[in-house]
Amino acid sequence: MQDSNAIINEVTNSDYKYGFVTDIDTELIHRGLNEQTVRIISAKKEEPEWLLEFRLKAFRHWQTLEMPDWAHLNIPPIDYQDIIYYAAPKQKEGPKSWDDVDPELVKTFDKLGIPLHERAQLAGMAVDAVMDSVSVKTTFKEVLAEKGIIFCSFSEAVRNYPDLVKQYLGTVVSYRDNFFAALNSAVFSDGSFVYIPKGVRSPMELSTYFRINAANTGQFERTLIVADDESYVSYLEGCTAPMRDENQLHAAIVEIIALERAEVKYSTVQNWYPGDKDGKGGIYNFVTKRGICKGEGSKISWTQVETGSAITWKYPSCILAGDNSVGEFYSVAVTNNHQQADTGTKMIHLGKNTKSRIVSKGISAGFSQNSYRGLVKVSPKAVNARNHSQCDSLLLSSTCGAHTYPYVDIQNETAVVEHEATTSKISEDQLFYCQQRGIGVEEAVGLIVNGYAKEVMNKLPMEFAVEAQKLLTISLEGSVG
Amino acid sequence: MLLEIKNLHAEINGKEILKGIDLTVNAGEVHAIMGPNGSGKSTLSSVLVGNPMFDVTEGSVRFGGKDLLELEPEDRSREGIFLSFQYPVEIPGVSMVNFMRAALNEHRKYKGLDPISASDFLKLMREKRAIVELDNKLASRSVNEGFSGGEKKRNEIFQMAMLEPKLAILDETDSGLDIDALRVVANGVNQLRTPENAAIVITHYQRLLDYIKPDFVHVLYKGRIVKSGGPELALELETKGYDWLKENE
Repeated sequence: MQDSNAIINEVTNSDYKYGFVTDIDTELIHRGLNEQTVRIISAKKEEPEWLLEFRLKAFRHWQTLEMPDWAHLNIPPIDYQDIIYYAAPKQKEGPKSWDDVDPELVKTFDKLGIPLHERAQLAGMAVDAVMDSVSVKTTFKEVLAEKGIIFCSFSEAVRNYPDLVKQYLGTVVSYRDNFFAALNSAVFSDGSFVYIPKGVRSPMELSTYFRINAANTGQFERTLIVADDESYVSYLEGCTAPMRDENQLHAAIVEIIALERAEVKYSTVQNWYPGDKDGKGGIYNFVTKRGICKGEGSKISWTQVETGSAITWKYPSCILAGDNSVGEFYSVAVTNNHQQADTGTKMIHLGKNTKSRIVSKGISAGFSQNSYRGLVKVSPKAVNARNHSQCDSLLLSSTCGAHTYPYVDIQNETAVVEHEATTSKISEDQLFYCQQRGIGVEEAVGLIVNGYAKEVMNKLPMEFAVEAQKLLTISLEGSVG
Repeated sequence: MLLEIKNLHAEINGKEILKGIDLTVNAGEVHAIMGPNGSGKSTLSSVLVGNPMFDVTEGSVRFGGKDLLELEPEDRSREGIFLSFQYPVEIPGVSMVNFMRAALNEHRKYKGLDPISASDFLKLMREKRAIVELDNKLASRSVNEGFSGGEKKRNEIFQMAMLEPKLAILDETDSGLDIDALRVVANGVNQLRTPENAAIVITHYQRLLDYIKPDFVHVLYKGRIVKSGGPELALELETKGYDWLKENE
């Protein structure tokens, strides 16, 4: 027994590959948050009056709120006055061409496996790279523009497409939604904006890569995706951060609007720095993601592979407003060492014949806590709503915790809602069987975990499936118990 | 010689099960180990493949000139020792294809070879599956999940065919098999016999030995080999049972 525990510990002691810091001139504002901070951020971005008003309303509302404490998380007190709310790598105003992008930045993203040079790009993938508070570069913009697709940084969208931004900003996640949504709405700095025009299928995957670099800063980005009638887009988000002893706050908002028969597939590979073995440092990942299937027959699908962050608080959700609309949530959440995750989804059925599907796979190791929290709500008018939820937990140690909190609120008797849940452990017998066939313990854990998570991994865009598989294995190095 | 066991003692949770085993196996030979329940047959196979539940307290085992007891279980496999488990484990979510490819490639890596190509691998799977008449559907399912008892045993021999071990240990491979399944499994094992490899067949009954002809038969009792002989010893045991062992005590 003890032997195999030792082996398992060895296998799950993780090694974070992205913990380096880029030495680059960064423009920072003073620490702390007050109305002046909000005004400074808005002024730096030369925003129109209406956006400043939006921020100020959010800030005033935020001041009336308390941090939520209902999640199964132990969050140390956060001093919001000790955070720097804006950090921008210094570079010449808005890089127009390659010569304007700081080579250090290009190198950083190269190191992360995100080549910013279009000729070096993965085929079929356009990237918006965001470091700290600003977007560094968006690739393939011109190619996409030919189809009428807008893919740019949020700041650029505010400048160039103010009407679109104004029409949709805050319509899915209101600044009144929750504490972190209010905070983000007040101080968000950049992010990505996507608009897919009527009838257009995006010819490539769109992707945003978020990188925290500066110390003592928070990252507050916002993503807004609008898919017009009968359009399709697959969008992927990735994130990493340096290894630091202090915790850093990341509070983002993602809003998706799918109009008639539009389909949006949103995938996340979340690999923020998780802290060290003893739980020191790491990112607090407090994110509000929500999409609305506004049009008839529209579809929004969330896929997430969550391996990073010290604490994760995140519930990508779907409001199924249009008749016959479909919402999906596929999640793999891995927690190791002292990581904590409280993640899941909300499926709000409003339209007739709406369908939702939830597949959640939690994998816990070390001393971590991993919770699934989900709500399936069927409103009185949602005739013939269907939901199927499956929540599985895999335990790799006897010191970790897995919890499931499924909430169901049914107000229409025609609804059919199903929930399945399982809990399992990797047994020593399974590991030994693999070893006897020549597969070492570490590889065996990777094989079993990837097999367990297959249903979700299969939903990822091809280019990222392999990376994500490796990530799962690495996140669990040294953990089996 | 391929395998040389000298004065092997082993225990589980402080209880001594093997009390001094001596056994030599050469390439090309098939050895049968028989004995009543609890005599230490399965312990012997577990110790040879490095099951961490058991502790070796005395003695030595050399395999192909190497000190076997020094090797990790996965390295023993890569060196060419294969155990057909009495109770094969289910691994949900891991397809037989992925499992076998991982195993085969680990063996290849150990020998300094590149991973096998996808098409060569599938061809090999097809070829080896035929030896034990294993259905394609089973090969695409998760490892042993939902397999019947007979399918699990056939799956073990299929894996053996894929990995081509120097020494195969068949632990009670006949238990829980009906006569048809037994014939399929035994045929598979016989097809895989070469002058270069060897097998240790652990069984309670003589039945399996009608199909897999041993060169030597050993009787294990209370952790020691108390009698060795040719194939005729198995027949003798069949008629006399194991009770005479107790009388000799």
